[in-house]
Amino acid sequence: MSLGVLWSVLNPLIMMGVLTFVFTRVFPSNIAKFPVYVLCGLVPFNFFSLAWSSGTNSLVENAGVIKRVPIPREVVPVATVFSNCLHLLIQMAVLFVFSLSFGYPMNLHWVWLPVVLGFEVVFVVGLVLACCAIDVYVRDLRYVVESANIVLFYLVPIFYREQPQYASLYDWNPIAAVVHALRKILIENTPPPATLMVKLSCGSTIVLVAGWMIFRALHRRFYDHL
Amino acid sequence: MQRVAFHNVSKRFFMNAGRKHLRGHLEDLLRPAPRRSFYALRHISFSVSEGESLAIMGANGAGKSTLLNLATRLCPPDEGEVVVNGRLSAVLELGAGFHHDLTGEENLRLNASLSGLSRKRTRELFDEIVDFSGVREFISQPLRTYSAGMIMRLAFSVAINVDPDILVIDEALAVGDQEFHAKCFERMLAFRKSGKTMLVVSHGPDTLRHMCDRALWLDRGRVKAQGAVEDVLERYQSHSSDPAA
Repeated sequence: MSLGVLWSVLNPLIMMGVLTFVFTRVFPSNIAKFPVYVLCGLVPFNFFSLAWSSGTNSLVENAGVIKRVPIPREVVPVATVFSNCLHLLIQMAVLFVFSLSFGYPMNLHWVWLPVVLGFEVVFVVGLVLACCAIDVYVRDLRYVVESANIVLFYLVPIFYREQPQYASLYDWNPIAAVVHALRKILIENTPPPATLMVKLSCGSTIVLVAGWMIFRALHRRFYDHL
Repeated sequence: MQRVAFHNVSKRFFMNAGRKHLRGHLEDLLRPAPRRSFYALRHISFSVSEGESLAIMGANGAGKSTLLNLATRLCPPDEGEVVVNGRLSAVLELGAGFHHDLTGEENLRLNASLSGLSRKRTRELFDEIVDFSGVREFISQPLRTYSAGMIMRLAFSVAINVDPDILVIDEALAVGDQEFHAKCFERMLAFRKSGKTMLVVSHGPDTLRHMCDRALWLDRGRVKAQGAVEDVLERYQSHSSDPAA
């Protein structure tokens, strides 16, 4: 366990170090206090990409249990996402340490954080429900997920500032919206804008409902295909 | 009260369920072939009441395990209806539902909680289960270091000690030694005497004769005969020794 915690602390720190080096020494960016800025992007993105890929594989990897123990099948992917939440919490603690030590004080808007992260979990659960169900029938999906994770690393404004003309578009991506909201709260000391929260809550709820429906539609034949 | 009832149940498997990759699905799209399927079970009807024990016999591939899987609610039937009343506990094939990297103790707790036992009740029953299994010395070792017999001992001990209303046993006991066999027999007889229900798949006629009062003979997915265990066994054995008859 102790080393497990260490890993989930080390991973964002190393990425933060590398990105900070590149964007302050190689391609200097005009973003102030870059480490905190980039960590605001890395922490929610790390959770998203890890939970998405492990959740997508969860049904196939636990086929032994699913085929032999009559539990509701939804439990397996949802539990996989929840176990990743532990790492999210640890990494959030790292983010707090950095934002405090870089001189962003604790503020009242922090009460928004559980709401924002809660919607991220809702979004990921929906996505994972759909993907793990499809993965049972089309095992290639895991490669698609891996590639999509790399693409999204660049499409989510983790180490850059979104261009103003695209900003409203970015917010429709729930992960980008979470990153955006974290920066508003921790760095800019303002509550997340209402339009952002509307997009985030609508987007993640729609994904959850759709994921749930896809899972229900596909789960009857799991037994034959696992 | 009926514990388990099958009403005209059929279960069908598709031959191309092995298509697991995009390539296979695309090939199916481009060169459509008729979807071949077969019925693992066809028009099965029976019921088992409280206090009854049903033996299920038949050749390999006759549908015995599929029938148990349907009764355990692991897969839904394609036609008909499966009704189960009460808590069911199963010893299916060897090591089923066990995780090889977890220790014996962790597997015990995991399986007990999956069978619907509370943490508190599991703690109370823990010693009894471990003592019955006889693997106490190795209970904190990972399951992959266990022999087949030890895994079966643990699985059976958990299944019978979680106090189910219905016990489902699928040939798993075959790997146990004589001493454990006798212990299991005794426990199963006591279980039956206490008015609980059992579904037993076995190829051992003596086991079935002692454990069960009724029997169901499956042949290629259909019910060939059902009735009192002696009658069905007799017909089954004479059929097995002379299939032409």
